Amino acid sequence: MSSIAISLLDIEDDASECLVAEDYQTREGKWCAGCGDFGALNAVKRLLAKEQLKPEKMAFVSGIGCSSRFPHYVNAYGFHGIHGRALPIATGLKLARPELDVFVVMGDGDCTSIGAGHWIHATRYNPNLTVLLLDNNIYGLTKNQTSPTTPQGYKSNTSPRGSVLPALNPLQATLGVSNASFVAQTADWVPAHMYATLQAAYQHTGFSFIRILQRCPKFTPDVFQDQIKNPDLTELLVHEDGVDAPGLERLFKARRVHDPKDIDEARSLAQRTDMLRLGIFFRDDSFPVYDEIRSVRPVSPEEKVQGLEREFDRYAV
Amino acid sequence: MNRTANSQTTVTAVPEHTVEIITNSGEGAQKCATIFGQTCAKMGNGVWTVEIIPAEIEPPHHTVTSTSGNIVRFGTEKVTNWGDRSKLAVAFNDQVCLSRHRLDSFDDDCIILHEAMWEKHEDENIRNNYAKAMEEMSSKNYRFIKVPIEEETLKVVDNAQHGKNMFALGLLAEIYQRDLSIIEKQIANIFRHKSAKVTEVNIELVKNGIAWARENLDFQFQIKSVPAKESRVVMNGNQAAALGAVAAGMEMCAMYPITPATSVSHELAAIIENYGGMVHQAEDEIAACGVALGASYGGKVALTVTSGPGMALKTEFLALAIMTEIPLVVLNVQRGGPSTGLPTKVEQSDLLSSLYSQPGDAPRVVIAPRSIEECFHAMVTARRIAETFRCVVIILTDANLASGVQQFTRPKFDVRWQQEPIDFSALPEGLRPYDWDSETGLSRRIVPGTPGGQHTVTGLAHDEESHVSYDPESNERGCKMRSRKLAVFQSTLIPPSVYGDEEGDLLVVGWGSTQGAIEEAVDRARAEGMKISTCQLTFLSPMEPGLKEIFSRFKQVMTVEINYSDTVGDPYITEETRRYGQLAWLLRAQTLVDIDCWTSCPGQPLRPNDIYNSIIDKSERGASK
Repeated sequence: MSSIAISLLDIEDDASECLVAEDYQTREGKWCAGCGDFGALNAVKRLLAKEQLKPEKMAFVSGIGCSSRFPHYVNAYGFHGIHGRALPIATGLKLARPELDVFVVMGDGDCTSIGAGHWIHATRYNPNLTVLLLDNNIYGLTKNQTSPTTPQGYKSNTSPRGSVLPALNPLQATLGVSNASFVAQTADWVPAHMYATLQAAYQHTGFSFIRILQRCPKFTPDVFQDQIKNPDLTELLVHEDGVDAPGLERLFKARRVHDPKDIDEARSLAQRTDMLRLGIFFRDDSFPVYDEIRSVRPVSPEEKVQGLEREFDRYAV
Repeated sequence: MNRTANSQTTVTAVPEHTVEIITNSGEGAQKCATIFGQTCAKMGNGVWTVEIIPAEIEPPHHTVTSTSGNIVRFGTEKVTNWGDRSKLAVAFNDQVCLSRHRLDSFDDDCIILHEAMWEKHEDENIRNNYAKAMEEMSSKNYRFIKVPIEEETLKVVDNAQHGKNMFALGLLAEIYQRDLSIIEKQIANIFRHKSAKVTEVNIELVKNGIAWARENLDFQFQIKSVPAKESRVVMNGNQAAALGAVAAGMEMCAMYPITPATSVSHELAAIIENYGGMVHQAEDEIAACGVALGASYGGKVALTVTSGPGMALKTEFLALAIMTEIPLVVLNVQRGGPSTGLPTKVEQSDLLSSLYSQPGDAPRVVIAPRSIEECFHAMVTARRIAETFRCVVIILTDANLASGVQQFTRPKFDVRWQQEPIDFSALPEGLRPYDWDSETGLSRRIVPGTPGGQHTVTGLAHDEESHVSYDPESNERGCKMRSRKLAVFQSTLIPPSVYGDEEGDLLVVGWGSTQGAIEEAVDRARAEGMKISTCQLTFLSPMEPGLKEIFSRFKQVMTVEINYSDTVGDPYITEETRRYGQLAWLLRAQTLVDIDCWTSCPGQPLRPNDIYNSIIDKSERGASK
């Protein structure tokens, strides 16, 4: 088994270590009953416990929306910012403090609509961030408006006769960006897979983009119902460099061996609509990582003063 | 080389002169003027240079819109502004010359050294346009001297486009008896990254210009200089701001290209990595502000650099910085507005938007450097204020300071100008993320990495724990604490100094870059016996204390600003409907004093003479009341 492939058995070991999953939660999430965000929070807590991350050495940055309340519930530093703009803040933080583990949590409106410009460019900068797109196909906090990922024809308060455009496909879009280094998809109703995907994303050095399909019991209760009821509509992408978890093979009959290094196949699979696909679509550790390539040697205040004298010599009269 | 003029040459001693080099865009006027200005500075003259820049890179040549160039004002004494109209110009063609004439840039008896080749050019169109231009300019008493600039240049190089500027430099060197050895050193320095041959050719062109002038011109001007005792530097305001950022220990400048601010990042990009920092060119103005804010959240004091339209885009992030109390320094190099307005030209129109462009109450500090030297020191001051008060500091410079070049006393750097190391020590038991001191509104800045300090900052209304809180009491308290910090900061300021007598008939109040021009105008009025003083503000939010008391010592108070205000008497404009200049609005609100204003937004710095006329006008109206 490769070091990245995850076994559910690993989770059992967590109990013996200093911090357990519950230590990473500060308060109960204030989401609606049945919201997929709870599952995402649980998976993240398990990851933090598994990695035994120090709460003061990590930061969760979010935008605005239901899912962006996430940092308030995690025992870590958090930045609950403005709509669509989590990525610039996270990038700046990572550049200033590369030793911190920085996670980004965004919703579909947040990331793929108002923050779409930042999403494209952060993907290209490829800073070492773990990025969760909690995609429930709808604007929830503002109460039921069409988002870019809302299925065509789906009715909302802003599209009472149904969304008029085909939904934007975040995987396809991310995979189209130069220097995209990690793109995966998972779903809140498959916790073992979500946990395994999160762990792979965390371990990847670079911009690890995970689209988490997330149920909204209020406004889009039925968008994922077919897949939830019938596991045969889902295909797992598996590979020795992918993610897997024991038990998943019993649940999902359809399994496709996909090498995450194969960008052409990744793009082809991302745009197909015949089945729902979960797994790592693409991963390449060799791409330039922004906070690494921009890192510079620290300079002491005294050295700076000496250097400034030389700069001023250029302008001396 | 023998630098004495021949016997027929008249040498006129003058205290100062203003010279223009006007060319098509891309003909090297900047290099010519830079070397000329630096030579003057090195010889001990006071100098101020201003760029004349079209917004396009290289617009069609030989048209009135293609004008590019420089104005160099230099004199025996310190020069603080670009002055009034030019006494001498070197013009590479009739159309660029005409464009300056139309802007009333030339003195009535300006000497214009004019390219000789156009008058009898083979192209009839060019000849006709030349004749028309000369006809139009004949309304003034300019003294045109035809100079075969291109012809002479072609004796040395194959492409006159890259060489005429150095020949022109030679003309000026001879007319003003500049020290050739200094010019040679400046040329060698400017072309240090090119082959030695380039320097040689350029020096030869200068020498040819000198020789031509000596042979053909019958006048020279003598401007004495007093070599400075202390060591000095000469640079523009954007370079000064960039070096100020380094001196302040800033290690992150996040930006997006925008005129006229971008050259700050050019200077920084060239050097900041040697100082442990970086320039991040973001995908847009918003992201530039976000990356700076993120870095600042991580413990750096970060900088973002922009101009008006970029400022507009950053507003939401600035409000977030204010709400979360994360220090941030924003440099806004103002240009003409609204919208994209006048990209390369000066205006002071972002004062009110800098104070009020956020939704809700968002107190921040706004400061406006008054000189190029202050552009440097303002960065150090801003960093300190931002950190001490956990606040946003906006620095307002403008295109005049950005591209104006002036010398100033070389600063003596101090390590204390830089940020102190972040305190990562464990927090005292029970300390909350916003443990506001009820008196001052101040609280400790807790940076990620501090053990036990975990909390989530939020742009939503929050309590001391940084928990989202919408209850009335909590919201009122947050507003009060964020505002209190400004009052506390104001208590550290001293009243502004008055230039001239402490009392009198009229006080002229300005802010930022107009200081030199206003003081020169006031000097002129005072020399005529008028009881006029001036006061130049640097702190606009909060304002310096004692203003009302200062104003009370003058019969009248008026502001002078480079922005728009209505003129009473224009259609529909009455004392009631009148919109004032931006500082006048603020001062009226702040002091309840009936403050008048004279403003102008010509897309160029104010001229001392125009300010003088406005002062006279105000004094006369005041006296007749």
